[in-house]
Amino acid sequence: MTAMNGQGGVWVFSEVYDLTLEMLGKGRELADKLQTELSAIVIGNNVQDKADELVKYGADKVYLIDHSALERFQAEAYLGIIQNLALKSHPEILLIGSTRNGKPLAARLSTRLDAGCVPDCIRLSIDDKKRLVGERITYGGNAIAKITFKSKPQVATVPLRAFEKPEKKDHNGQVVKSDFKVEPAKTEVVERKPLETSSVRIEEAQSIVSGGRGLEKKDDIALLQDLAKILGGQVGCSRPLVEDRKWFTDWIGLSGHKVKPKLYIACGVSGVIQHVAGIRDSKIIVAINKDPEAPIFEVADYGVVGDLYQVVPALRDALKKMLQ
Amino acid sequence: MKQAVDVSQLKVDPATRQLVTAGAPKKISDFDKNALEESIKIREKNAGAEVFTLTVSPEDAKVVLREGLAMGADKAYCVVDPAFQGVDTSGTSYVLSEMVRKVGEFDLILCGDSSLDSFSGLVGPRMAELLNLPQITSVKKVVVEGDTVIAERSLEDAVEMVKAKMPALLSVTREINQPRIPSLMMIMKASKKEIVAWTLKDLNIPAEKTAAKIEVLEALAPKMERKKIKIAGETVEEIGEKLAKALLQEGVVGR
Repeated sequence: MTAMNGQGGVWVFSEVYDLTLEMLGKGRELADKLQTELSAIVIGNNVQDKADELVKYGADKVYLIDHSALERFQAEAYLGIIQNLALKSHPEILLIGSTRNGKPLAARLSTRLDAGCVPDCIRLSIDDKKRLVGERITYGGNAIAKITFKSKPQVATVPLRAFEKPEKKDHNGQVVKSDFKVEPAKTEVVERKPLETSSVRIEEAQSIVSGGRGLEKKDDIALLQDLAKILGGQVGCSRPLVEDRKWFTDWIGLSGHKVKPKLYIACGVSGVIQHVAGIRDSKIIVAINKDPEAPIFEVADYGVVGDLYQVVPALRDALKKMLQ
Repeated sequence: MKQAVDVSQLKVDPATRQLVTAGAPKKISDFDKNALEESIKIREKNAGAEVFTLTVSPEDAKVVLREGLAMGADKAYCVVDPAFQGVDTSGTSYVLSEMVRKVGEFDLILCGDSSLDSFSGLVGPRMAELLNLPQITSVKKVVVEGDTVIAERSLEDAVEMVKAKMPALLSVTREINQPRIPSLMMIMKASKKEIVAWTLKDLNIPAEKTAAKIEVLEALAPKMERKKIKIAGETVEEIGEKLAKALLQEGVVGR
């Protein structure tokens, strides 16, 4: 335990700011348990303000790498920077945001540091041997595995919204401007098309009305939208509506978006385990399905065996009346 | 290609919540089939190209290897060794990289973005690092032009077109294609194709390189404690009202 000279410690990094904050919340807990320092790495262009703010979210130290060439995520550049910081200061735990860019970054960093990596941890703790223990969904949603490390550093990746964003408060910490070399890129992004985000991200939705194979035609999505509107929520779907029918571009499930709304209403969704793994943390799950044997009923708080074409409008009308 | 547990057929022991993995059916990990399909498509457009599959497994994987050959791979390489039981992504990627080195020259390595059973998504990027290759993950479209590969990848908030000089390593998603189902003819032809089996010794891999850096303490079926209340009624209106009332009482309705 060598907190005072900056050796050891818990580090967090994500190119997504909100995810950095969520990991700082959990990271603080882990660092306190180990009686060590919590550090964050901030890489970008004009990000001094963000670095300062991270101290208020609990960081004892913020490594700031601020340069106009680092505006956007670049795999090799970011990787080289974090690797060099880690080689210099030897963190014992590295939490990396599990985004589409962050996860491969964590994998490559682990390889360079000769470290083990546990991806997509939905829970993290320290065991009585002071090892990090990560819990992740595995076997296609059939199991939650508890995994620990046999060597250091211990690298874990953390998905968005797995942990609560901490409260901002007064905290003593320092921002350290760090030197860096930009490692040359091996790939070139020739075009970048932002996705249309017409509404809030589905991970943020408080209620979700989702459709599955039970929907007969694309226009019927309007039924779900009507219900979602009353609830102030969003519409989602299961994978067949993306893969087979191409009605949506994104699905909810283990390989898609993992959501945890207050209310999840599954309409005509059979409830295969991969889908269920993506909705597990919802507060209340409602299932509407014609098939009384559909597995979705096993994981629902409220189930209606019936035709979604009748039940969904009836629920919408009843809610409308009650909410007036 | 990974021989993965067919997760759709896994059973849980209800008393202990332990998964019954012993004897669970195995199959080619879904994403890996997409990777193989894409390789075959690239070969079809590039005369003289060949497709090889690489597999590491703690137990016999012939069925999986034969299926890959039936889909159209030219040759299969495997390292089957009981020592792989409990190997993590660090060891797996190391052995696969050494296999790549032994096979020799190549232009592209395609992997599944994740595996069906463990769903880690780490082996591809780890291999890219070990082989010092450009890597592109989450790929949903690939075009090969001369010595360059251009891939379309999905991010959370954008779609990127990424270019890399070959050799390169790509990890592909399920969206990229629909893997072909081999015909009887292809299955018969595949029985004549070669499967090269190596041991760790053939690859001069010392034991410490496959030693796991992580340890699975337990893997239990998650507890899903849900109320499982069925709502029924004489009319659909009644059902709607009962359900709406229940949701209001739960405090999950309203902004």
